[in-house]
Amino acid sequence: MFGITAAAATLVRPSMSRAQSAGRIVVIGGGFGGTACARALKRANAALQITLVEPNKVFIACPFSNEVIAGLRGIEAQQFGYDKLAADGITIIDQAATRIDPQQRRVTTSDGPSLAYDRLVLSPGIDFHFDALPGYDDAASEKMPHAWKAGAQTLLLRKQLEAMADGGLVAIAIPANPTRCPPAPYERASLIAHYLKTKKPRSKVLVLDAKDGFPQQRLFEKAWKELYGGMIERVALSQGGRVTSVDPSTNTIITEFGNYTPDVANVIPPQRAGRIAEIAGAANATGWCPIDPVTFESKLVPNIHVIGDACLGGGIPKSASAASTQGKACAAAIVNLLAGRPTETPRLTGVCYNTVAPAYGFSLAGNYQPKGDIFVEVEGGATSPVDAPRELRAREAAEAETWFRTITADTFG
Amino acid sequence: MAALINVPTKAKRGEIIEIRTLTSHIMETGFRHAAAGDLVPRDIITSFTCRYNGSEVFRADLFPAIAANPYLSFFTVAKESGKFEFEWIGDNGYASTASASITVE
Repeated sequence: MFGITAAAATLVRPSMSRAQSAGRIVVIGGGFGGTACARALKRANAALQITLVEPNKVFIACPFSNEVIAGLRGIEAQQFGYDKLAADGITIIDQAATRIDPQQRRVTTSDGPSLAYDRLVLSPGIDFHFDALPGYDDAASEKMPHAWKAGAQTLLLRKQLEAMADGGLVAIAIPANPTRCPPAPYERASLIAHYLKTKKPRSKVLVLDAKDGFPQQRLFEKAWKELYGGMIERVALSQGGRVTSVDPSTNTIITEFGNYTPDVANVIPPQRAGRIAEIAGAANATGWCPIDPVTFESKLVPNIHVIGDACLGGGIPKSASAASTQGKACAAAIVNLLAGRPTETPRLTGVCYNTVAPAYGFSLAGNYQPKGDIFVEVEGGATSPVDAPRELRAREAAEAETWFRTITADTFG
Repeated sequence: MAALINVPTKAKRGEIIEIRTLTSHIMETGFRHAAAGDLVPRDIITSFTCRYNGSEVFRADLFPAIAANPYLSFFTVAKESGKFEFEWIGDNGYASTASASITVE
Protein backbone atom coordinates (compact mmCIF):
# COMPACT_ATOMS: atom_id res chain seq x y z
CA MET A 1 0.00 0.00 0.00
CA PHE A 2 2.94 2.30 0.69
CA GLY A 3 4.09 2.08 -2.92
CA ILE A 4 0.68 3.06 -4.23
CA THR A 5 0.37 6.05 -1.90
CA ALA A 6 3.81 7.25 -2.84
CA ALA A 7 3.13 6.90 -6.55
CA ALA A 8 -0.15 8.77 -6.26
CA ALA A 9 1.54 11.60 -4.35
CA THR A 10 4.16 12.17 -7.00
CA LEU A 11 1.52 12.21 -9.72
CA VAL A 12 -0.61 14.75 -7.96
CA ARG A 13 1.75 17.69 -8.22
CA PRO A 14 1.92 18.26 -11.99
CA SER A 15 -1.82 17.70 -12.31
CA MET A 16 -2.58 20.29 -9.66
CA SER A 17 -0.88 23.09 -11.50
CA ARG A 18 -2.72 22.16 -14.68
CA ALA A 19 -6.00 21.66 -12.93
CA GLN A 20 -6.15 25.32 -12.03
CA SER A 21 -6.02 26.33 -15.67
CA ALA A 22 -7.87 23.44 -17.25
CA GLY A 23 -9.00 20.08 -15.94
CA ARG A 24 -9.33 18.69 -19.43
CA ILE A 25 -10.26 15.03 -19.56
CA VAL A 26 -10.60 13.06 -22.76
CA VAL A 27 -12.42 9.73 -22.64
CA ILE A 28 -11.93 7.35 -25.57
CA GLY A 29 -14.71 4.81 -26.04
CA GLY A 30 -18.42 5.35 -25.49
CA GLY A 31 -19.41 1.96 -24.10
CA PHE A 32 -20.57 1.19 -20.59
CA GLY A 33 -17.18 2.11 -19.05
CA GLY A 34 -16.26 5.30 -20.91
CA THR A 35 -19.76 6.76 -20.82
CA ALA A 36 -20.20 6.06 -17.09
CA CYS A 37 -16.80 7.64 -16.43
CA ALA A 38 -17.51 10.78 -18.50
CA ARG A 39 -20.84 11.38 -16.77
CA ALA A 40 -19.47 10.71 -13.28
CA LEU A 41 -16.67 13.22 -13.91
CA LYS A 42 -19.13 15.88 -15.06
CA ARG A 43 -21.42 15.23 -12.09
CA ALA A 44 -18.53 15.43 -9.63
CA ASN A 45 -17.27 18.73 -11.02
CA ALA A 46 -19.22 20.64 -13.66
CA ALA A 47 -16.18 22.86 -14.32
CA LEU A 48 -14.19 19.98 -15.81
CA GLN A 49 -13.94 19.92 -19.60
CA ILE A 50 -14.98 16.42 -20.61
CA THR A 51 -14.67 15.15 -24.17
CA LEU A 52 -15.91 11.73 -25.26
CA VAL A 53 -14.33 10.33 -28.43
CA GLU A 54 -16.53 7.66 -30.01
CA PRO A 55 -16.87 7.05 -33.77
CA ASN A 56 -20.29 5.37 -33.58
CA LYS A 57 -23.29 7.67 -33.26
CA VAL A 58 -25.34 4.78 -31.92
CA PHE A 59 -24.08 2.41 -29.25
CA ILE A 60 -25.23 -1.21 -29.55
CA ALA A 61 -25.11 -3.05 -26.24
CA CYS A 62 -23.74 -6.58 -25.91
CA PRO A 63 -25.74 -7.65 -22.83
CA PHE A 64 -29.03 -9.14 -24.10
CA SER A 65 -27.66 -9.41 -27.66
CA ASN A 66 -27.84 -13.21 -27.27
CA GLU A 67 -31.62 -12.71 -27.10
CA VAL A 68 -31.42 -10.94 -30.48
CA ILE A 69 -29.50 -13.91 -31.92
CA ALA A 70 -32.22 -16.24 -30.61
CA GLY A 71 -35.00 -14.10 -32.13
CA LEU A 72 -36.42 -13.10 -28.76
CA ARG A 73 -35.64 -9.40 -29.07
CA GLY A 74 -35.14 -6.72 -31.71
CA ILE A 75 -31.77 -5.05 -32.15
CA GLU A 76 -33.46 -1.64 -31.58
CA ALA A 77 -33.78 -2.56 -27.91
CA GLN A 78 -29.96 -2.67 -27.80
CA GLN A 79 -29.38 0.78 -29.30
CA PHE A 80 -28.53 3.90 -27.35
CA GLY A 81 -27.45 7.42 -28.29
CA TYR A 82 -25.29 10.10 -26.71
CA ASP A 83 -27.78 13.01 -26.68
CA LYS A 84 -28.11 13.03 -22.91
CA LEU A 85 -24.35 13.23 -22.48
CA ALA A 86 -24.24 16.24 -24.78
CA ALA A 87 -27.04 17.78 -22.68
CA ASP A 88 -24.88 17.20 -19.59
CA GLY A 89 -22.24 19.44 -21.16
CA ILE A 90 -19.96 16.65 -22.37
CA THR A 91 -18.39 17.31 -25.77
CA ILE A 92 -18.94 14.34 -28.11
CA ILE A 93 -16.46 13.86 -30.95
CA ASP A 94 -17.81 11.25 -33.39
CA GLN A 95 -14.39 10.30 -34.72
CA ALA A 96 -12.02 7.45 -34.08
CA ALA A 97 -8.94 8.23 -32.01
CA THR A 98 -5.97 7.37 -34.21
CA ARG A 99 -2.90 8.51 -32.30
CA ILE A 100 -1.94 9.41 -28.76
CA ASP A 101 1.08 11.48 -27.77
CA PRO A 102 1.65 10.91 -24.03
CA GLN A 103 4.44 13.53 -23.89
CA GLN A 104 2.39 16.32 -25.41
CA ARG A 105 -0.78 14.87 -23.86
CA ARG A 106 -2.66 15.00 -27.11
CA VAL A 107 -5.12 12.73 -28.93
CA THR A 108 -5.38 12.79 -32.73
CA THR A 109 -8.74 11.85 -34.25
CA SER A 110 -9.39 10.43 -37.72
CA ASP A 111 -11.04 13.44 -39.29
CA GLY A 112 -11.56 15.87 -36.48
CA PRO A 113 -9.75 18.03 -33.99
CA SER A 114 -6.62 17.14 -32.08
CA LEU A 115 -7.45 17.14 -28.37
CA ALA A 116 -5.22 18.19 -25.47
CA TYR A 117 -5.75 16.48 -22.12
CA ASP A 118 -4.61 16.55 -18.52
CA ARG A 119 -5.93 13.06 -17.95
CA LEU A 120 -6.89 10.54 -20.63
CA VAL A 121 -9.27 7.66 -20.00
CA LEU A 122 -9.13 4.68 -22.36
CA SER A 123 -12.23 2.52 -22.46
CA PRO A 124 -11.76 0.90 -25.87
CA GLY A 125 -13.20 -2.54 -25.07
CA ILE A 126 -11.77 -5.47 -26.99
CA ASP A 127 -10.27 -6.17 -30.35
CA PHE A 128 -9.71 -9.59 -31.83
CA HIS A 129 -6.36 -11.30 -31.74
CA PHE A 130 -6.52 -12.76 -35.25
CA ASP A 131 -2.89 -13.97 -35.16
CA ALA A 132 -3.92 -16.39 -32.42
CA LEU A 133 -6.47 -18.11 -34.70
CA PRO A 134 -5.03 -18.90 -38.15
CA GLY A 135 -7.60 -18.60 -40.94
CA TYR A 136 -9.76 -16.10 -39.08
CA ASP A 137 -9.93 -12.39 -39.90
CA ASP A 138 -12.50 -9.71 -40.73
CA ALA A 139 -13.30 -11.36 -44.07
CA ALA A 140 -13.77 -14.76 -42.35
CA SER A 141 -16.12 -13.15 -39.82
CA GLU A 142 -18.54 -12.41 -42.69
CA LYS A 143 -18.88 -16.16 -43.18
CA MET A 144 -18.22 -17.44 -39.65
CA PRO A 145 -19.58 -14.60 -37.50
CA HIS A 146 -18.15 -13.95 -34.05
CA ALA A 147 -21.09 -11.78 -32.94
CA TRP A 148 -18.83 -10.73 -30.06
CA LYS A 149 -19.29 -7.03 -30.80
CA ALA A 150 -22.99 -6.30 -31.04
CA GLY A 151 -24.43 -4.94 -34.28
CA ALA A 152 -24.12 -6.24 -37.84
CA GLN A 153 -22.41 -9.41 -36.57
CA THR A 154 -25.31 -10.14 -34.21
CA LEU A 155 -27.77 -9.84 -37.08
CA LEU A 156 -25.60 -11.95 -39.39
CA LEU A 157 -25.55 -14.84 -36.92
CA ARG A 158 -29.32 -14.45 -36.50
CA LYS A 159 -29.79 -14.57 -40.28
CA GLN A 160 -27.67 -17.72 -40.60
CA LEU A 161 -29.69 -19.45 -37.89
CA GLU A 162 -32.93 -18.49 -39.62
CA ALA A 163 -31.66 -19.80 -42.96
CA MET A 164 -30.44 -23.12 -41.53
CA ALA A 165 -32.57 -26.19 -42.27
CA ASP A 166 -34.02 -28.31 -39.45
CA GLY A 167 -31.50 -30.97 -38.49
CA GLY A 168 -28.54 -28.63 -38.92
CA LEU A 169 -25.50 -28.27 -36.71
CA VAL A 170 -24.57 -24.98 -35.04
CA ALA A 171 -21.02 -24.85 -33.66
CA ILE A 172 -19.79 -22.28 -31.17
CA ALA A 173 -16.01 -21.96 -30.79
CA ILE A 174 -15.00 -20.52 -27.42
CA PRO A 175 -11.50 -19.15 -26.73
CA ALA A 176 -9.43 -19.44 -23.56
CA ASN A 177 -9.51 -16.71 -20.89
CA PRO A 178 -9.28 -13.78 -20.63
CA THR A 179 -12.25 -12.77 -22.76
CA ARG A 180 -15.13 -10.35 -22.72
CA CYS A 181 -18.00 -11.67 -20.59
CA PRO A 182 -16.84 -15.22 -19.70
CA PRO A 183 -20.32 -16.82 -19.19
CA ALA A 184 -21.85 -15.28 -22.34
CA PRO A 185 -20.90 -18.08 -24.79
CA TYR A 186 -22.81 -20.56 -22.63
CA GLU A 187 -25.82 -18.24 -22.43
CA ARG A 188 -25.63 -18.04 -26.22
CA ALA A 189 -25.52 -21.83 -26.59
CA SER A 190 -28.60 -22.02 -24.35
CA LEU A 191 -30.63 -19.41 -26.21
CA ILE A 192 -29.71 -20.80 -29.62
CA ALA A 193 -30.88 -24.20 -28.35
CA HIS A 194 -34.11 -22.53 -27.27
CA TYR A 195 -34.64 -21.19 -30.78
CA LEU A 196 -33.81 -24.53 -32.37
CA LYS A 197 -36.01 -26.50 -29.98
CA THR A 198 -38.91 -24.19 -30.82
CA LYS A 199 -38.40 -23.96 -34.59
CA LYS A 200 -35.93 -26.64 -35.75
CA PRO A 201 -36.06 -29.41 -33.14
CA ARG A 202 -33.85 -31.91 -34.98
CA SER A 203 -30.88 -29.51 -34.88
CA LYS A 204 -27.90 -29.58 -32.51
CA VAL A 205 -25.55 -27.14 -30.83
CA LEU A 206 -21.88 -28.15 -30.59
CA VAL A 207 -19.73 -26.17 -28.16
CA LEU A 208 -15.99 -26.40 -28.90
CA ASP A 209 -14.32 -25.01 -25.82
CA ALA A 210 -10.70 -24.06 -25.06
CA LYS A 211 -11.60 -24.20 -21.35
CA ASP A 212 -12.40 -27.07 -19.02
CA GLY A 213 -14.46 -25.08 -16.53
CA PHE A 214 -16.59 -21.96 -16.89
CA PRO A 215 -18.62 -19.60 -14.67
CA GLN A 216 -21.87 -20.94 -13.28
CA GLN A 217 -21.16 -24.26 -14.95
CA ARG A 218 -23.38 -26.37 -12.70
CA LEU A 219 -26.32 -24.02 -13.23
CA PHE A 220 -25.86 -24.06 -16.99
CA GLU A 221 -25.42 -27.82 -17.22
CA LYS A 222 -28.49 -28.42 -15.08
CA ALA A 223 -30.54 -26.07 -17.25
CA TRP A 224 -29.29 -27.72 -20.45
CA LYS A 225 -30.37 -31.11 -19.17
CA GLU A 226 -33.74 -29.83 -17.95
CA LEU A 227 -34.62 -27.71 -20.96
CA TYR A 228 -32.76 -29.07 -23.96
CA GLY A 229 -32.02 -32.75 -23.31
CA GLY A 230 -29.13 -33.80 -25.51
CA MET A 231 -29.38 -30.85 -27.87
CA ILE A 232 -26.22 -29.14 -26.60
CA GLU A 233 -22.99 -31.11 -26.78
CA ARG A 234 -19.88 -29.57 -25.24
CA VAL A 235 -16.34 -30.69 -26.02
CA ALA A 236 -14.11 -29.29 -23.27
CA LEU A 237 -10.38 -28.57 -23.50
CA SER A 238 -9.45 -31.93 -22.02
CA GLN A 239 -11.66 -33.66 -24.58
CA GLY A 240 -9.90 -31.92 -27.46
CA GLY A 241 -12.21 -28.90 -27.69
CA ARG A 242 -9.59 -26.21 -28.32
CA VAL A 243 -9.99 -24.69 -31.79
CA THR A 244 -6.59 -24.16 -33.44
CA SER A 245 -7.59 -22.79 -36.86
CA VAL A 246 -10.52 -22.30 -39.21
CA ASP A 247 -11.04 -22.60 -42.96
CA PRO A 248 -13.79 -20.17 -44.00
CA SER A 249 -13.83 -21.46 -47.61
CA THR A 250 -15.28 -24.76 -46.39
CA ASN A 251 -16.80 -23.51 -43.09
CA THR A 252 -14.45 -25.88 -41.27
CA ILE A 253 -13.42 -25.55 -37.63
CA ILE A 254 -10.19 -27.37 -36.82
CA THR A 255 -9.36 -28.55 -33.29
CA GLU A 256 -6.26 -30.36 -32.04
CA PHE A 257 -7.99 -33.68 -32.58
CA GLY A 258 -10.55 -33.27 -35.32
CA ASN A 259 -12.36 -31.21 -37.95
CA TYR A 260 -15.96 -30.04 -37.85
CA THR A 261 -18.03 -28.65 -40.71
CA PRO A 262 -21.15 -27.19 -39.10
CA ASP A 263 -24.01 -25.52 -40.96
CA VAL A 264 -23.56 -22.40 -38.83
CA ALA A 265 -20.15 -21.60 -37.37
CA ASN A 266 -20.08 -18.99 -34.60
CA VAL A 267 -16.35 -18.49 -34.09
CA ILE A 268 -15.43 -16.34 -31.09
CA PRO A 269 -11.74 -15.53 -31.56
CA PRO A 270 -9.15 -14.86 -28.84
CA GLN A 271 -9.18 -11.24 -27.70
CA ARG A 272 -7.03 -8.34 -26.52
CA ALA A 273 -7.49 -4.71 -25.54
CA GLY A 274 -8.92 -2.35 -28.16
CA ARG A 275 -6.30 -1.23 -30.68
CA ILE A 276 -5.97 2.33 -29.38
CA ALA A 277 -4.59 0.96 -26.08
CA GLU A 278 -1.69 -0.57 -27.97
CA ILE A 279 -1.18 2.64 -29.97
CA ALA A 280 -1.03 4.56 -26.68
CA GLY A 281 1.61 2.15 -25.40
CA ALA A 282 -0.68 1.08 -22.55
CA ALA A 283 -0.94 -2.61 -23.51
CA ASN A 284 1.78 -5.11 -22.56
CA ALA A 285 2.79 -8.44 -24.12
CA THR A 286 -0.44 -10.06 -22.90
CA GLY A 287 -2.39 -7.70 -25.17
CA TRP A 288 -4.12 -6.17 -22.13
CA CYS A 289 -3.35 -3.05 -20.05
CA PRO A 290 -1.73 -3.28 -16.61
CA ILE A 291 -3.10 -0.67 -14.21
CA ASP A 292 -2.84 0.60 -10.67
CA PRO A 293 -6.21 -0.73 -9.46
CA VAL A 294 -6.69 2.17 -7.04
CA THR A 295 -6.60 4.90 -9.71
CA PHE A 296 -6.85 2.83 -12.93
CA GLU A 297 -3.75 4.69 -14.10
CA SER A 298 -1.69 2.77 -16.63
CA LYS A 299 1.45 1.09 -15.29
CA LEU A 300 3.10 1.90 -18.61
CA VAL A 301 2.06 5.45 -19.57
CA PRO A 302 1.51 8.33 -17.09
CA ASN A 303 -1.74 10.33 -17.07
CA ILE A 304 -3.58 7.60 -18.98
CA HIS A 305 -6.22 5.56 -17.18
CA VAL A 306 -7.60 2.30 -18.55
CA ILE A 307 -11.01 0.90 -17.61
CA GLY A 308 -13.37 -1.84 -18.70
CA ASP A 309 -12.57 -4.90 -20.81
CA ALA A 310 -9.17 -3.49 -21.86
CA CYS A 311 -7.55 -3.47 -18.41
CA LEU A 312 -5.86 -6.36 -16.67
CA GLY A 313 -8.39 -6.62 -13.88
CA GLY A 314 -7.44 -9.94 -12.31
CA GLY A 315 -10.50 -11.36 -10.57
CA ILE A 316 -13.02 -8.87 -11.88
CA PRO A 317 -14.72 -10.15 -15.05
CA LYS A 318 -14.84 -8.17 -18.29
CA SER A 319 -18.50 -7.23 -18.24
CA ALA A 320 -20.77 -4.20 -18.75
CA SER A 321 -21.44 -4.03 -15.05
CA ALA A 322 -17.74 -4.14 -14.15
CA ALA A 323 -16.89 -1.51 -16.78
CA SER A 324 -19.58 0.81 -15.43
CA THR A 325 -18.44 0.49 -11.82
CA GLN A 326 -14.81 0.91 -12.90
CA GLY A 327 -15.73 4.03 -14.90
CA LYS A 328 -17.28 5.63 -11.82
CA ALA A 329 -14.38 4.64 -9.53
CA CYS A 330 -11.89 5.94 -12.08
CA ALA A 331 -13.80 9.25 -12.27
CA ALA A 332 -13.62 9.60 -8.48
CA ALA A 333 -9.87 8.91 -8.54
CA ILE A 334 -9.28 11.49 -11.31
CA VAL A 335 -11.30 14.15 -9.46
CA ASN A 336 -9.16 13.54 -6.37
CA LEU A 337 -5.91 13.52 -8.33
CA LEU A 338 -6.78 16.80 -10.07
CA ALA A 339 -7.73 18.40 -6.76
CA GLY A 340 -4.55 17.16 -5.08
CA ARG A 341 -6.49 15.03 -2.64
CA PRO A 342 -5.49 11.47 -1.71
CA THR A 343 -7.24 8.76 -3.70
CA GLU A 344 -9.59 6.35 -2.00
CA THR A 345 -9.40 2.58 -2.40
CA PRO A 346 -12.38 1.58 -4.51
CA ARG A 347 -14.66 -1.32 -3.69
CA LEU A 348 -16.22 -2.50 -6.91
CA THR A 349 -19.29 -4.59 -7.46
CA GLY A 350 -20.09 -6.61 -10.54
CA VAL A 351 -23.25 -8.47 -11.39
CA CYS A 352 -23.90 -10.86 -14.20
CA TYR A 353 -27.21 -12.35 -15.31
CA ASN A 354 -27.54 -15.35 -17.57
CA THR A 355 -30.77 -16.15 -19.32
CA VAL A 356 -30.96 -19.68 -20.67
CA ALA A 357 -34.59 -19.55 -21.84
CA PRO A 358 -37.48 -17.09 -21.49
CA ALA A 359 -38.35 -16.90 -17.77
CA TYR A 360 -35.27 -18.93 -16.81
CA GLY A 361 -32.32 -16.95 -15.49
CA PHE A 362 -29.63 -17.03 -12.83
CA SER A 363 -27.02 -14.62 -11.60
CA LEU A 364 -23.63 -14.04 -10.08
CA ALA A 365 -22.69 -11.01 -8.01
CA GLY A 366 -19.22 -10.24 -6.75
CA ASN A 367 -17.33 -7.60 -4.77
CA TYR A 368 -13.77 -6.73 -5.73
CA GLN A 369 -10.96 -4.74 -4.14
CA PRO A 370 -7.43 -3.84 -5.22
CA LYS A 371 -4.66 -6.15 -4.09
CA GLY A 372 -1.24 -5.52 -5.59
CA ASP A 373 -1.66 -4.83 -9.29
CA ILE A 374 -5.06 -6.43 -9.75
CA PHE A 375 -8.52 -6.79 -8.29
CA VAL A 376 -9.38 -9.75 -6.11
CA GLU A 377 -12.82 -10.94 -5.17
CA VAL A 378 -13.72 -10.22 -1.53
CA GLU A 379 -16.55 -11.53 0.61
CA GLY A 380 -20.13 -10.55 0.04
CA GLY A 381 -20.61 -12.14 -3.38
CA ALA A 382 -23.53 -14.39 -4.20
CA THR A 383 -24.51 -16.89 -6.82
CA SER A 384 -27.91 -18.41 -7.53
CA PRO A 385 -28.50 -21.80 -5.91
CA VAL A 386 -28.14 -24.82 -8.19
CA ASP A 387 -31.34 -26.34 -6.85
CA ALA A 388 -34.12 -23.81 -6.92
CA PRO A 389 -37.78 -23.73 -7.98
CA ARG A 390 -38.70 -22.38 -11.39
CA GLU A 391 -40.28 -19.33 -9.73
CA LEU A 392 -36.82 -18.19 -8.67
CA ARG A 393 -35.45 -18.71 -12.20
CA ALA A 394 -38.38 -16.69 -13.57
CA ARG A 395 -37.80 -13.95 -11.01
CA GLU A 396 -34.11 -13.78 -11.88
CA ALA A 397 -34.92 -13.59 -15.60
CA ALA A 398 -37.19 -10.62 -14.83
CA GLU A 399 -34.48 -9.09 -12.64
CA ALA A 400 -32.05 -9.41 -15.53
CA GLU A 401 -34.32 -7.23 -17.67
CA THR A 402 -34.64 -4.70 -14.86
CA TRP A 403 -30.86 -4.67 -14.50
CA PHE A 404 -30.46 -3.93 -18.23
CA ARG A 405 -33.02 -1.12 -18.16
CA THR A 406 -31.35 0.36 -15.08
CA ILE A 407 -27.76 0.23 -16.30
CA THR A 408 -28.61 1.59 -19.74
CA ALA A 409 -30.75 4.39 -18.24
CA ASP A 410 -27.92 5.19 -15.82
CA THR A 411 -25.36 5.20 -18.63
CA PHE A 412 -27.21 6.74 -21.59
CA GLY A 413 -30.57 8.00 -20.29
CA MET B 1 -12.97 -41.40 -22.14
CA ALA B 2 -10.56 -43.09 -24.47
CA ALA B 3 -7.41 -41.25 -25.41
CA LEU B 4 -7.52 -38.73 -28.22
CA ILE B 5 -5.00 -39.32 -31.00
CA ASN B 6 -4.19 -37.15 -33.99
CA VAL B 7 -1.94 -38.85 -36.56
CA PRO B 8 -2.13 -37.82 -40.23
CA THR B 9 -3.86 -40.58 -42.20
CA LYS B 10 -1.53 -39.97 -45.17
CA ALA B 11 2.00 -38.60 -45.53
CA LYS B 12 4.81 -38.49 -48.08
CA ARG B 13 7.86 -40.64 -47.44
CA GLY B 14 10.42 -38.64 -45.45
CA GLU B 15 7.89 -36.02 -44.38
CA ILE B 16 8.07 -34.71 -40.80
CA ILE B 17 4.68 -35.31 -39.20
CA GLU B 18 3.17 -34.06 -35.96
CA ILE B 19 1.51 -36.50 -33.59
CA ARG B 20 -0.81 -35.31 -30.81
CA THR B 21 -2.16 -37.29 -27.91
CA LEU B 22 -4.41 -36.42 -25.00
CA THR B 23 -5.55 -38.78 -22.31
CA SER B 24 -7.92 -38.21 -19.42
CA HIS B 25 -6.18 -38.62 -16.09
CA ILE B 26 -6.56 -36.92 -12.71
CA MET B 27 -2.74 -36.53 -12.22
CA GLU B 28 -3.16 -36.30 -8.44
CA THR B 29 0.13 -34.90 -7.13
CA GLY B 30 0.26 -36.66 -3.77
CA PHE B 31 0.90 -33.31 -2.07
CA ARG B 32 -2.69 -32.20 -1.53
CA HIS B 33 -4.70 -32.60 1.62
CA ALA B 34 -8.39 -33.49 1.66
CA ALA B 35 -10.85 -31.42 3.70
CA ALA B 36 -10.42 -33.80 6.66
CA GLY B 37 -6.67 -33.16 6.65
CA ASP B 38 -5.41 -36.49 5.33
CA LEU B 39 -3.04 -36.60 2.37
CA VAL B 40 -4.59 -37.49 -0.99
CA PRO B 41 -2.39 -40.33 -2.31
CA ARG B 42 -0.41 -39.77 -5.47
CA ASP B 43 -2.07 -41.04 -8.66
CA ILE B 44 -0.25 -40.02 -11.82
CA ILE B 45 0.77 -41.34 -15.21
CA THR B 46 4.50 -42.02 -14.99
CA SER B 47 5.40 -43.01 -18.53
CA PHE B 48 4.24 -42.56 -22.12
CA THR B 49 5.62 -44.47 -25.09
CA CYS B 50 4.96 -44.29 -28.84
CA ARG B 51 6.02 -47.14 -31.14
CA TYR B 52 6.01 -46.92 -34.94
CA ASN B 53 5.72 -50.38 -36.50
CA GLY B 54 7.13 -51.86 -33.31
CA SER B 55 10.10 -49.58 -32.72
CA GLU B 56 10.05 -46.85 -30.12
CA VAL B 57 10.10 -43.32 -31.62
CA PHE B 58 9.11 -41.26 -28.57
CA ARG B 59 9.07 -41.71 -24.81
CA ALA B 60 8.27 -39.33 -21.96
CA ASP B 61 8.48 -39.64 -18.19
CA LEU B 62 5.72 -37.76 -16.38
CA PHE B 63 5.92 -36.24 -12.89
CA PRO B 64 3.51 -34.81 -10.30
CA ALA B 65 3.90 -31.25 -11.59
CA ILE B 66 2.22 -32.19 -14.88
CA ALA B 67 -1.40 -31.05 -15.07
CA ALA B 68 -4.44 -33.28 -15.34
CA ASN B 69 -5.29 -34.75 -18.75
CA PRO B 70 -1.76 -34.73 -20.17
CA TYR B 71 -1.50 -33.46 -23.73
CA LEU B 72 1.64 -34.46 -25.62
CA SER B 73 2.65 -33.33 -29.07
CA PHE B 74 5.79 -34.53 -30.87
CA PHE B 75 7.24 -35.06 -34.31
CA THR B 76 8.59 -38.02 -36.24
CA VAL B 77 9.53 -38.88 -39.82
CA ALA B 78 7.02 -40.80 -41.94
CA LYS B 79 9.07 -43.77 -43.17
CA GLU B 80 6.58 -46.47 -44.13
CA SER B 81 2.91 -47.32 -43.96
CA GLY B 82 1.85 -48.99 -40.77
CA LYS B 83 0.75 -48.46 -37.24
CA PHE B 84 1.52 -46.14 -34.35
CA GLU B 85 0.94 -47.63 -30.93
CA PHE B 86 0.64 -45.53 -27.80
CA GLU B 87 0.95 -46.64 -24.20
CA TRP B 88 0.39 -44.80 -20.92
CA ILE B 89 1.53 -46.40 -17.65
CA GLY B 90 0.98 -45.03 -14.17
CA ASP B 91 0.39 -45.45 -10.45
CA ASN B 92 -1.97 -48.11 -9.07
CA GLY B 93 -1.42 -50.34 -12.08
CA TYR B 94 -2.78 -47.79 -14.55
CA ALA B 95 -2.28 -48.85 -18.17
CA SER B 96 -3.94 -47.56 -21.30
CA THR B 97 -3.24 -48.10 -24.99
CA ALA B 98 -4.34 -46.67 -28.31
CA SER B 99 -3.26 -46.96 -31.94
CA ALA B 100 -3.55 -45.19 -35.29
CA SER B 101 -2.67 -46.13 -38.87
CA ILE B 102 -0.78 -44.15 -41.47
CA THR B 103 -0.37 -44.58 -45.23
CA VAL B 104 3.01 -43.42 -46.52
CA GLU B 105 3.23 -42.76 -50.24
